[in-house]
Amino acid sequence: MKLHTVRAVFRDSAAVGFGLVPLGLAFGVIITHAGLPWWCAPLFTGLVYAGSLEFLLVGLVVAVAPLATVALTALLVNVRHVFYALSFPLHRVRGRAARAYSTFSLTDEAYALTAGEQGRMWPGPRILLLQLFLQLYWVGGATVGALLGSVIPDSVKGLDFAMTALFAVLALEALRNWRADVPTPVLALLSALAARVLFPGALLPAAFAMFTVGLLLRRIRLEECEECAVDA
Amino acid sequence: MPSALYIFAAVAVSAAITWGLRALPFAALAPLRASRTVSYLSTRMPAGVMVILLVYCLRGTSLDRPAAAIAPVAALAATVVLHLWRRNALLSIMGGTCVSVVLASTLPFH
Repeated sequence: MKLHTVRAVFRDSAAVGFGLVPLGLAFGVIITHAGLPWWCAPLFTGLVYAGSLEFLLVGLVVAVAPLATVALTALLVNVRHVFYALSFPLHRVRGRAARAYSTFSLTDEAYALTAGEQGRMWPGPRILLLQLFLQLYWVGGATVGALLGSVIPDSVKGLDFAMTALFAVLALEALRNWRADVPTPVLALLSALAARVLFPGALLPAAFAMFTVGLLLRRIRLEECEECAVDA
Repeated sequence: MPSALYIFAAVAVSAAITWGLRALPFAALAPLRASRTVSYLSTRMPAGVMVILLVYCLRGTSLDRPAAAIAPVAALAATVVLHLWRRNALLSIMGGTCVSVVLASTLPFH
C-alpha cells in the first residue's frame, strides 16, 4: 500500500469520518448514560458495526430483551443491506479474508462512498482501506465517548440527533448527484411516510420494500415507453 | 443490570445476523449484476435509501406533541440550511447536533 493511497483514502473518508467521530462520541456517552459498562462501546462498534442497530441495541440490552427479539430487530433494521449487494463493487476486492471484512463492514456510509460516482474507479485495496478507516473512526469515537460519558451530566440530552444529522447530510449529497431525478427521493419519502403509518414497528423493511417495488414499476413503465417510441 | 454473558450473547446474535444480511446476498444476486434493471436500481437507490433512513431517525418525532418536536425540527432545519450554505459535512452535523443538545437540554418538555 503506497503512502499516497493512504492519503487519498484519508481524504475520501474525511467528510464521513467527521460525522462518524462525533456520532461515535455521542453513542459512547449514550452507552454510559444508559448504565452499561464502557467496554460495550468497543464491543458493539467493533463486532456489530451497524450504527442504527447499535443505538437500538442499547435499549434492548438495558431491558434484557429476549435474544429472539434482538435477532428480529437486527433482521428488520439491517435487511436494507440486502439491497447494497446489487451495486457494491465487491468484485474488485480479492481474497477470502478481504472479502469477509469488506462484507462485514459494508455500512450505509461505506456503501454511499464506494457505490457513488467518485468510487467508480477505486481498486479493491483502496475500498478495503476506506472501510477500515470508517470503522476506526466509529470504534475510536465510541470508546472515547464511553470513557468520557461519566463526566458529562445526565441533563445533557439530544446528542442522538447526530445520527439524524448524518443521514440528512448523506441524503442531501445523494440528491445533489441526481439533481434531475426528482421522482426517486419523492418515492422514497412517500414509502417511508406510508411505512411509518402502516407498519410503525417495521418502518425500515416496509419502506425499503415499497421503495424498491416503486422503482421497479417506474423502470418497467420507462421500458414500455421506449418500446412505444421504437414502434412508432 | 444485564450480565456480561447476556451482553455478549446479544452482540453475537446481532453481529451474525448483520453480517449474514451483508454477505449472503452477494452469492444470491451475482447473476443479476449484468441486468439493466439492476443497474437502474443501483444508480437510483442511494438517494432514496438515505431519505428513508432520515425519516426512520425522525420516527419518534410527532406533530401530536408539538412541544417535544421543537428540538429535532429546529436541529434538522439547522443541519439542512448549514449544509446548503457551506456544504461541509462536519459543520452541518456538529451545528445541527449542537442545536439539538441545547434545545433538548434546556426546554422543559424533554
